[in-house]
Amino acid sequence: MSILINKDTKVITQGMTGKVGQFHTQQCKSYANGVNCFVAGVNPKKAGEEFEGIPVYASVRDAKQATGATVSVIYVPPAGAAAAIDEAVEAELDLVICITEGIPVHDMLKTRFRMQGKKTLLIGPNCPGLITPDEIKIGIMPGHIHKKGRIGVVSRSGTLTYEAVGQLTALGYGQSSCVGIGGDPINGLKHIDVMKLFNDDPDTDAVIMVGEIGGSDEEECARWIKDNMQKPVVGFIAGVTAPEGKRMGHAGAIISGGQGGANEKLAVMEECGIHITRNPSEMGRVMQKVLKG
Amino acid sequence: MKIHEYQGKEILREFGVPTPRGVACFSVEEAVAAAQRLGGKVWVVKAQIHAGGRGKGGGVKVAKSLDEVQQFAGQILGMQLVTHQTGPEGQKVRRLLIEEGAQIAREFYLGMVVDRGAQRVALLASSEGGMEIEEVAKHSPEKIHTVRIDPVAGLTDSDAAHVARAIGIPDAANADAVKVLQGLYRAFVEKDAMLAEINPLVLTADNRVLALDAKFNFDSNALYRHPEIVAYRDLEEEDPAEIEASKFDLSYIQLDGDIGCLVNGAGLAMATMDIIKLYGGSPANFLDVGGGASKEKVTEAFKLMLKNPHLKAILVNIFGGIMKCDVIAEGVVAAAREVSLSVPLVVRLEGTNVDVGKKILAESGLPIISASDMADAAQKVVAAAKG
Repeated sequence: MSILINKDTKVITQGMTGKVGQFHTQQCKSYANGVNCFVAGVNPKKAGEEFEGIPVYASVRDAKQATGATVSVIYVPPAGAAAAIDEAVEAELDLVICITEGIPVHDMLKTRFRMQGKKTLLIGPNCPGLITPDEIKIGIMPGHIHKKGRIGVVSRSGTLTYEAVGQLTALGYGQSSCVGIGGDPINGLKHIDVMKLFNDDPDTDAVIMVGEIGGSDEEECARWIKDNMQKPVVGFIAGVTAPEGKRMGHAGAIISGGQGGANEKLAVMEECGIHITRNPSEMGRVMQKVLKG
Repeated sequence: MKIHEYQGKEILREFGVPTPRGVACFSVEEAVAAAQRLGGKVWVVKAQIHAGGRGKGGGVKVAKSLDEVQQFAGQILGMQLVTHQTGPEGQKVRRLLIEEGAQIAREFYLGMVVDRGAQRVALLASSEGGMEIEEVAKHSPEKIHTVRIDPVAGLTDSDAAHVARAIGIPDAANADAVKVLQGLYRAFVEKDAMLAEINPLVLTADNRVLALDAKFNFDSNALYRHPEIVAYRDLEEEDPAEIEASKFDLSYIQLDGDIGCLVNGAGLAMATMDIIKLYGGSPANFLDVGGGASKEKVTEAFKLMLKNPHLKAILVNIFGGIMKCDVIAEGVVAAAREVSLSVPLVVRLEGTNVDVGKKILAESGLPIISASDMADAAQKVVAAAKG
């Protein structure tokens, strides 16, 4: 088991025929069961063609109908990426993973509003994607640093996710699933949503949660963990030394109740029973200590 | 992206928000001529810089004669204006706004932000105009009224009227206040703003509502569809190192320490700064080279860091994913040669092709200090900087 995706997941790639989409589609297809997972691409101008043996359809709806795919991954450039999410939501996919970085915030505000009451879950945008090691990789993370196992990883940052995974693998701990939720202010699944999935997953024993300054998602997740989580959680927050935020950060923090700094986040997480570390080099070792009791 | 007050007021007027009449000026002569053209007996001479707190720093003065306009314009133009947002060295004033005076009866605060929790645009309004909203939030949060705006319905008449009443705008001016609130919201959405503030919004003695100040910050990801906003950009207000960095698609922020950091990914870059501090050092900059760092990008990043006179050592921390370590190593070696590196360089490489990468560094003949993980790298670079 794993969360959200596994070796049987069927994936549509939106933006497959662009330069970035082509490269990462090749990478994903050659990882584990990828050749059976990546079943369709979408490009209205290239419908009927093929890329790497993957058929291209005119729309997400067509691709879903033809292949039974339930998940899509988006590499569409920023100006059209929010519309690409809308299309996947309209086609009633279960999950959309948006890799694209640089989508205007107001586009995402409208897209998130349109998603209310719809069944589709969103991961990202501006994220590395997610992976269930040895089964399926959807996104831009380097597959080879992962190892199949029983630790979940959830993070807002791409390379810091790799750092956590690399440390776990080096210590011999594999991962059940690793989820990059993305660094944009307006996004889909938050730490808390992914944490709930890990809590319910019988094949996850513990979770590393990596956050960063801004917003209050980590605090919300920490409070939920305190009352509900049945598995140990190791936490790190990047940005203790980040310079005082700009005015916007402050004004945003006012709304969310005066939070957003790394030290405040770490304090709340510690209070809620999360095994925090202030040393990004120690995430794996803290997990090792926790698991060995 | 930030703009000047006078530019912000141009946008507000475009959306039907009344402001005092005013003219942007670049010299004392222009300032006096502008005051003459505006007429009246009272003018406000306002420094135009991209930072708040200008009044307290002596950058805003009320002139009661043309002589005073000349005097104040002369004092303010060219001064190093220090406010709580400029840092101790201040910001040089190169532009002025000369405005007609207003008879102020009361002052209010209006702000608009993107609320990431609610995933909506939020309007903040307060009776405590002219004050820092952070201070109001700390001492009397009950005086801040917040509306999270439905993106389809927009800011409705009833919500706007309610907020105007809640902050104490008299009924005689309520309809005008509604126009101001809705104009601000439309400007915020249509221009892709991340932050907008009118502080203060004033009620005049004759019950008119006027925006006495205007502050905007725009979403840099949306500038491609707003050439009119890009035209407002004033490069003299921005950090030269950050402008240089943006040309090469590098994300760079100068800090006050002495250890330069070159990292891929924003989260890892922040974590690298944190771990340097943890081991007793102090980062000189935040620098994210992004996912596809070429040799050229790495070289430019080195040049940027080396411009900092306080720099004592450099730490390169790369977790190569799609980007391969051997490519990065070649970039680092080429860059170190090209810029004739004068400070110790610690390199930590991890990820794809790491062994090839390390070999390239070792065989380069350059005095590169190799590190095995982040902690090792941080300890070595802190020691090198203390050298």
